[in-house]
Amino acid sequence: MKANKFWAWLTFALGAAYFIVPLLATFEFSLRMRRGEYSFDAYASVFADPYFASSFSYSVVIGLMTIVVGILVVVPAVYFVRLRMPWLRPLMEFITLLPLVIPALVLVYGYIRLYNSSSIIPFTGSALGTDILLTCAYVTLALPYMYRAVDNGMRTIDIGTLTEAAQIMGANQAQIIGRIILPNILVAILSGAFLTFAIVIGEFTIASLLNRPAFGPYLVGIGTNRAYEPAALAIISFIITWGAMGMINVLGRFAPRTSARTD
Amino acid sequence: MAFLDVQNLTKTFGQTTVVKGVSFAFDKGEFISLLGPSGCGKTTILRMIAGFEKPTSGSIEVDGQDITHLKPNQRQLGMVFQAYALFPNLNVGDNIGFGLKIAGMATEERRARIDEMLRLIGLSGFDKRYPYELSGGQQQRVALARAIAPRPRMLLLDEPLSALDAKIRVSLREEIRAIQLDLGITTVFVTHDQEEALSISDRIVVMNAGNIEQLGAPHEIYNKPATRFVATFVGQLNSLDATVLDPATKTVSIDGQSVVVPQLPADAAANASSVLTLRPEMITIGARDGNDITLSGTIADVTFLGSVIRLRVALGRNTVSLDTFNDQRIAPPARGEKVTISLASKDLLVL
Repeated sequence: MKANKFWAWLTFALGAAYFIVPLLATFEFSLRMRRGEYSFDAYASVFADPYFASSFSYSVVIGLMTIVVGILVVVPAVYFVRLRMPWLRPLMEFITLLPLVIPALVLVYGYIRLYNSSSIIPFTGSALGTDILLTCAYVTLALPYMYRAVDNGMRTIDIGTLTEAAQIMGANQAQIIGRIILPNILVAILSGAFLTFAIVIGEFTIASLLNRPAFGPYLVGIGTNRAYEPAALAIISFIITWGAMGMINVLGRFAPRTSARTD
Repeated sequence: MAFLDVQNLTKTFGQTTVVKGVSFAFDKGEFISLLGPSGCGKTTILRMIAGFEKPTSGSIEVDGQDITHLKPNQRQLGMVFQAYALFPNLNVGDNIGFGLKIAGMATEERRARIDEMLRLIGLSGFDKRYPYELSGGQQQRVALARAIAPRPRMLLLDEPLSALDAKIRVSLREEIRAIQLDLGITTVFVTHDQEEALSISDRIVVMNAGNIEQLGAPHEIYNKPATRFVATFVGQLNSLDATVLDPATKTVSIDGQSVVVPQLPADAAANASSVLTLRPEMITIGARDGNDITLSGTIADVTFLGSVIRLRVALGRNTVSLDTFNDQRIAPPARGEKVTISLASKDLLVL
C-alpha cells in the first residue's frame, strides 16, 4: 500500500516537474533583466510598451465578439438539434471537430482566397471587414470547445420536458430559450466562453496572416527582438489563461442542481 | 355539449399506428383516467391533447373550440409531468408564477395568486426555496400548483405519481383529487396503475394497443369488464378452466364438480372447454348466503398482507386466489389444510 503511494507520488512529481520546471526557469529568467539582482524590470518594460496595451485590448475586444457570435451560433443550434433533430448529432459532432483537424493556416488561406479585396465579398478590403473575418475565424477555431461545453450543459437538464412545460404555460420559443434554457446552461456557456477567450488571446497564425494588431503577433514580434520581455510576457499569458481556466472551475460550483432531495 | 370531445383520433409514427381512431367525450369537471399498459397509446393521446404531438387524423375540441391545430402555448391547458419538470433556475414562487408572468399578470396580483397556490398545496413559506431543496413529493406539488395557477381550461397529468415512493403516491393522489374537486377543473390523468385510476377517477378509459377497450365509471370497469383484457388488466382475477357438460341446462364441470353457470352463452357446444373468471373477493371459505356453488380443495399458499390474508386454493387442475380478513384472535389458515370454498354462480364471468 505504502509502496503504491510512493510510486503514485513519484509519477505525480515527475509529471508536475515536467510542467513547472520550465515555467519556473522562465519566471526566474524574466526577473534577471537588471544585472546581478532580481527585479520586475522586464514586466515594467512590457507594461510601458504602448503596443502591449493596444494589442491586448484589441484581442480582448475580438475575444468578446467571438464569444457573443459563438453563443448566438452554438446555443440555438445545439438546442434545436437536441430537441427536434437528434439524428443530426453525429454530424454536428463531426463538423465541430473539423477545426481541430484542419490547420489554422489552411483556414486562413481559404479565407484570403475567398474574401480578398478583388473578390465578390471583399472582407479583407477594410480593417472592419478583416476584423469581422478574424472574428468568424476565431468562432470556427473555438467551435469544438464551445459546442462541447454547451452540449454538456444541455445534457444535464431535461430540455425536452422543460421546453414542453414552458410551452404549455404559454411561453413562445424566444421566451423558452431566454428565460429557461439560457439561465440553466449559463455556467456551461461561461466555461465555453473562457476557453474561447484563452484561445483568442494567444492565437498567432490567423491574426498574423490577416495582418491584424492582435496580442499573438505582438508576443511573437517581441520574442524575435528582445531578451527578457518575452519571458515576462509568457508568464503574463500563462496567468491570463490560467485565470480563465480557474474561472471555469469556480463557476462549476454555481451550476444548477436538478436532482430532488432524497430524504 | 361535451367539454372535452375527441373524435377519431389517430396517430401514426412511421409504420406503427399507436392510436387507432379513438373517440371519447367528457363533461366539464370530470376526472378522467387513461389507463393501460405501456405502449397502449395513452400518453400519446395526452400529448396530442396538449399539442406536443400532431394527430395524423381526427379532432380535439375543448369547450366547443377546435384545438387540433393550435400550438401548445395557445391552448390554455395546464400539465404536470412525470419528471416534475420544474425550472431549476427559478425558485418555487417564480416557478408557480411563470405562466402568470408570461400571461402578463401584474406583480401584485401574481404575488397573491402564488400565495394562494402555496396554501392550496400546503407549502406556504416555501416560495424562496429552489427545486433541488425539495423532496420529490414537494416538487410534484409545486408542479401541480404551477400548472393550475394560470387557471387553465383543463389539467393534464402525465403519470405524475410514478416517480414517487408508495406512501407519498397515495397521499398525493388524494390531494390531487381534493384540489381537482375543489376547483372543479376537468382533468385527464394518464396512468398504468389500475389502483390509482380506480381510486381517483370519475370515469376511466381502459386502453390497449391503441384502442379503447372500455370506458366507464371505476365500479363498472371493475365489476363488469367488457373484454378479457379489461378483466385481466384491472384488478386480480381468477381463471377457472371448465368443460361444458350440457349447454341446455348451462351445466359445466370444474375439476369434476358440476356447476350451473347462468352466463354460459347459449351457443356453447357440449364438451367444449370454457374459461370462467371471478374476482378473489367474491370467493369465501365455507358457506355464505347466496353462494350456490361449493367446491373443495387444498390450501396451496398463504400470503399474509396485514389486514388481509390471500390464500391460493388448489381445486385439482385449477388454482384460485381468495382474500379473507385477518382476525387477531385466530391463527391464519395453514398450507395443506383441506377447505371448502363457496361462490355465487351469478358472479362468474364467461370470457
